[in-house]
Amino acid sequence: MSGDELPASELEGRVTERRHYLLGLLLALLLTLAAFAVVAFAGLSGQSTRIVVASLAVIQILVHFRYFLHIDLQKSHRDDLHLILFTALIVFLMVAGTIWILFNLHTRML
Amino acid sequence: MSASKYCHVGLNLGDGNTSANEGAESLIFGFWIFLMTDLVIFALLFATYAAMSLHGVAEGPTPAQLFALKMPFIETLILLLSSFTFGMASLALKYSENRAALVAWLVATGVLGAIFVAMEISDFSSYITEDHAPPQRSGFLSAYYLLVGTHGIHVASGLIWMLVLLVQIAILGLIPDVKLRILRLALFWHMLDIVWVGIFTFVYLFGVSL
Repeated sequence: MSGDELPASELEGRVTERRHYLLGLLLALLLTLAAFAVVAFAGLSGQSTRIVVASLAVIQILVHFRYFLHIDLQKSHRDDLHLILFTALIVFLMVAGTIWILFNLHTRML
Repeated sequence: MSASKYCHVGLNLGDGNTSANEGAESLIFGFWIFLMTDLVIFALLFATYAAMSLHGVAEGPTPAQLFALKMPFIETLILLLSSFTFGMASLALKYSENRAALVAWLVATGVLGAIFVAMEISDFSSYITEDHAPPQRSGFLSAYYLLVGTHGIHVASGLIWMLVLLVQIAILGLIPDVKLRILRLALFWHMLDIVWVGIFTFVYLFGVSL
């Protein structure tokens, strides 16, 4: 490795950032395993399984944003964060609206 | 995190790469906007799938009859690992190690991505031939192939992009433009892993538990 040539501060930065990615991988792995384990082994009812699994997915998505895309709440990151939050709002409106309307139509067709 | 200034989403190249940092902010913000619109497309495919997988089964198989957990589980681990290896590639890029480390991590990511796409194709072909569940059989199946296929095509185009970048690294070397392209591919790749979290949860895990 040619890492020896780097100044101490850079070397330290690299170690911290590698740890950052490793932590992200570890958390994502745990959440994935938990989600599959809940479905495969926990024997909960369908409804509660789905609630648990969906919550785990939301947490895992946050972990990916935080550790792989480096989004956090610092002030200098606000533009990126605003864009994500706005997209999340649009996504929520369109997904919830679509599901609402289609399911409502379905019940009316019965 | 190091103390260097944060100017865009994803890993920043930092003080050692001043020439690549000029213009990086708007370039990467623009790419970030594209990724968010891509996310909106996926969200609508998810919404269509949610409705179709419950009400559009027709005479075909239900999600619970069609899906098993084993393949999606392996695919999930492979894609997650490839996200991590790409993170390592970004770090190799940032800290200007020898170019070999960067190329090795990129190739590892590419190999994992290729295995993922191959597994998905074999999934699709076994559903179509063995389970007689082609896309035209029911609304659920159309929505399934559309959603998961769109994600698979994204991963495949990421692989082509990666190949092009490897050629560029070989021919042009690590000039600032190439560095910024690698950073954008990293964002694209991490975003696809986020979409996959939605797919394995809302398609496979929900499907099996119905």
